[in-house]
Amino acid sequence: MTAPNHHWRKFKNGLMQAVTFLCAILVVTPLVLVFYHLIKEGFSSINLAFFTQLPKPEGESGGGMANAIVGTFILLGQAALLGVPIGVLGGVFLSEYGSSRLNWWIRFAADILNGVPSITWGIVVYALMVVPMHTYSALAGGSVLGLMMIPLVMRTTEEVLQLVPNGYREAALALGIAKWSTIVQIVMRTALKGIVTGILLALARVAGETAPLLFTALGNGNWPHKLTEPIAAMPLQIFAYAIGPYNDQHRQAWAGALVLLLLVLSINIGVRFLTRDRFQRNV
Amino acid sequence: MADNATTPLNAPAPTPAAANHAALNVRNLSVFFGENHVLKGVSLDIAAQAVTAIIGPSGCGKSTFLRALNRMHELVPEARMTGDIRLFGDDIYAPSVESVLVRRRVGMVFQKSNPFPTMSIAENVTVGLRLNGIRDRRLLAERTEQSLRMAALWDEVKDRLNAPAVSLSGGQQQRLCIARALAVQPEVLLMDEPASALDPLATSKIEDLILELKKDYTIVIVTHNMQQAARISDFTAFFYLGELVEFDVTTKIFTSPVKKQTEDYVTGRFG
Repeated sequence: MTAPNHHWRKFKNGLMQAVTFLCAILVVTPLVLVFYHLIKEGFSSINLAFFTQLPKPEGESGGGMANAIVGTFILLGQAALLGVPIGVLGGVFLSEYGSSRLNWWIRFAADILNGVPSITWGIVVYALMVVPMHTYSALAGGSVLGLMMIPLVMRTTEEVLQLVPNGYREAALALGIAKWSTIVQIVMRTALKGIVTGILLALARVAGETAPLLFTALGNGNWPHKLTEPIAAMPLQIFAYAIGPYNDQHRQAWAGALVLLLLVLSINIGVRFLTRDRFQRNV
Repeated sequence: MADNATTPLNAPAPTPAAANHAALNVRNLSVFFGENHVLKGVSLDIAAQAVTAIIGPSGCGKSTFLRALNRMHELVPEARMTGDIRLFGDDIYAPSVESVLVRRRVGMVFQKSNPFPTMSIAENVTVGLRLNGIRDRRLLAERTEQSLRMAALWDEVKDRLNAPAVSLSGGQQQRLCIARALAVQPEVLLMDEPASALDPLATSKIEDLILELKKDYTIVIVTHNMQQAARISDFTAFFYLGELVEFDVTTKIFTSPVKKQTEDYVTGRFG
């Protein structure tokens, strides 16, 4: 039964298995390295002051990033207000209405938007909001993050709605339930976890964006007051500290990066927790 | 009556249901999906408070026929129909008639049971009422019990009405879907192979239920199972390649059909 090339074939199998394993390890390595480095460099600077105090003036040690943490949450809140309704309803249109040709173009546009470099988004909103308003603002920062969320949320919403078996739509329509009620009460309710997951992942994705905020939110050394003023955000603060000359700034930048990563990670873990199956097997 | 079954399709429809009054009068019904001519000039009368079985090989148009009776075929974007269907005299395709209203009068049960997974047993039963604006709790509770009793499911679920619907067995889920369809109090119940995914025991429960329901409802059932059609139906229509080949009293179709095609099919020689 032993074919002449038996050993060669066996060797090839082993080799390919090893190569794929190596690549899989390479995927995980950066995460481990980044985490290790951030904890090593940043953990010692995380203290109560970091979460409760404003940044100290250049050169002074101590202080914290409290305003940037608050600023990031304000920006994410605005982004969600803009990105979630438009993204979700757009996804509903793609999944439940629309003709296949129109949908092809919308999908195509959304996929291109998902690939647009984030700095481009920043420049667009700079031209559309910052220039006319004659000021950098929290409003512009939230808008740019919200705009970036729209195509992300739209595509994931469409995908999870498509996963809802057609039998549920038919069953509802056959009961004389109107189409919009069917979509909201049956289809979207069945896919709710998936929709929320898509929203959270989009938020996690834009939470760390820096380039578009440089053109819009700008950064601020003080607490946020008005949405029409520049606002601090963690990625901006990390950027400013990382290129600054002082060691204490560098340490705070590491700490900020660690906190930001933990924020994104906790969103992802939240998503995992949310999508754990209980009795719903279909979606 | 039997002679009528042999008349050409453009002639007045056969009326084996003469004894009863008709719930649905179908005249010259054609359905197209894009270029596909799926149903070709079907005319027949469906008797009220009786079971009419639709039989025929796969692809003969029987499901399309069933769906045309409550306008469910319109979910296919390129679908279009010609002809005339009257539900107790009302033209269900009249321009002023909304499909939503037709479907409240003509309910449907599908091949694959499809209770809503996000809802409890009770919520599933009342969903058609609640999403049409009925909020009265007492009425909803009343209708829940009444519908579940009619679907012969009440005794099995009365202690766990708030349990998720998907915790029920396959046969129970299908009876739940029947209860859900009954809760909106339709006049006609369409069933598209309602027992084909069930084991024999669950199937016989569904069949008993259908015989019970026909006292109050008009039932049209599509089935691939000849024995089932023979057991439960009063009238049987045989479809082939989109045409109504023969329509008559069930015993006649299964013992002395007029058309050779019908005989070949019901005796299992083709299809």
